[in-house]
Amino acid sequence: MAGGFVEVSNVSLTYGGAGGTLAVDGLDMTVEEGQFAAVVGPSGCGKSTLMKLATGLVRPTKGTVQVAGKPVTGPVSMAGMAFQNPSMLPWRTTLKNVMLPLEIVQPHRSKLSRERAAYTQQAEDLLSVVGLKGFGNKFPWQLSGGMQQRSNLCRALIHDPKLLMLDEPFGALDAFTREELWQVMRDLHQKKRMTVILVTHDLREAVFLADRIFVMSARPGKIVVTRDIEFPRPRPIELTYKQEFNAIVQELRSHIAEARAAA
Amino acid sequence: MSSSSPTKGYDWTAIAPWLYAFVMFAVWEGAVWIFKIAPFVLPAPSKILEATIQFWPAIWMNSIQTMWTTMLGFIMAIIGGLLLGILVGWSRTIYAGLYPLMVGFNAVPKVAVIPVLIMWFGIGSIPAVLTAFLIAFFPIVVNVSTGLATIEPELEDVLRALGASKMDIMLKVGIPRALPYFFGSLKVAVTLAFIGSVMSETIGANSGLGHTMLAAQSQFNMPLVFAVLLALAVLGIVMYVLMAWLEMRMTGWAHRSSMGQ
Repeated sequence: MAGGFVEVSNVSLTYGGAGGTLAVDGLDMTVEEGQFAAVVGPSGCGKSTLMKLATGLVRPTKGTVQVAGKPVTGPVSMAGMAFQNPSMLPWRTTLKNVMLPLEIVQPHRSKLSRERAAYTQQAEDLLSVVGLKGFGNKFPWQLSGGMQQRSNLCRALIHDPKLLMLDEPFGALDAFTREELWQVMRDLHQKKRMTVILVTHDLREAVFLADRIFVMSARPGKIVVTRDIEFPRPRPIELTYKQEFNAIVQELRSHIAEARAAA
Repeated sequence: MSSSSPTKGYDWTAIAPWLYAFVMFAVWEGAVWIFKIAPFVLPAPSKILEATIQFWPAIWMNSIQTMWTTMLGFIMAIIGGLLLGILVGWSRTIYAGLYPLMVGFNAVPKVAVIPVLIMWFGIGSIPAVLTAFLIAFFPIVVNVSTGLATIEPELEDVLRALGASKMDIMLKVGIPRALPYFFGSLKVAVTLAFIGSVMSETIGANSGLGHTMLAAQSQFNMPLVFAVLLALAVLGIVMYVLMAWLEMRMTGWAHRSSMGQ
């Protein structure tokens, strides 16, 4: 069963020892290298657990998780992560926040002090890609929620991770900002070609961004439907108002309704 | 900030503390005169001032002594509190094991410990320093460990997914994050240290403001007792202000966030 960049096979996870809650059960999923995958499902279905499994933050009770052909036994140490809460450090400027992973991940960690100028340039370039040019010296609390989320994405991407995990990163934003950040995310993926796993409850977001969508059932979570999205890239935002786009959203919605009814 | 009405030319908030203090002393003075309160019950501020001037060398010397013991105990509390706070905040197991012990330890009134300290170390400065240390130590531990234990779990996940060690997380996030808690606790701790050292001086010492007060009391010198009380208040305010200033200096980012936009 090789091939996928992220390979989750028959994984179950129970929290709190034997007799605890069964969070996910018999989970199977394959994400190809460079693919943009989205995971959708009713709330509490273990979507976030899936993220922790794929990055090695938690170990499965049963089954195996493989990333880049190697079994995951601990934190994978090459993943970038971004959550709904931007969790920027208030005592660091935006630029310093974005550069935080470089102080941790090798080989950047040992090169950082020698090549600080180059790394700073890299961070500033990334900030301007997401539309935050010139905001590097601001503190996070001087930025709006949308801007904080943009810098959060930069922080997740600064070390050029092979795998990017996003847990409802646009969930707390207003509709306009959210659509704008979809496009930012689309362009970043187009440019860097990393593997992305996006956990979301927004079906339009999933259909717009992803190549492959996994629909999870209610707890204990398992994949009930895998749906490939074949719209050509780059996808314009206008696509989200097209008939064929909404047909897929509708189709996914009914799967989720079934998944909820089954619970 | 609060009185920024542009039409009024004068900012009263700046002198308000002095004005209020002055009014308090004036009312006190007036009450003593009107109700003819005897000086050995409640001396008037003017009498207290008189006593302060008369006994100034003694008050000054003993203030220095008390300040010195307080600061020594306080510095010990900072070092010990910081170390234990980091240890307790480091892991859930240590937290679970040590916390009840510390709560129990803290629940013992320190006055009850002073006789033990005196029996161990004799009458003098050492029990005062140790009492200050014992009493000031707890808020520092609690605050530092709380700061460390409340790191956002998402942020910890982000860092762990990058391969960060526990040490990395502590240095990059935990300790900077705990600093406002730490400096906030210093204001409380320095006041407590002061209470501790004065308490100990009152029970068994040869010098210090606590000892002076005891001596004045045994001579029924009520104006001097109040002069010492006033000196204690002044010292307390000075130390508090010093810590509050330090807090603002070191962790301004934590206080500025509300003025962000």
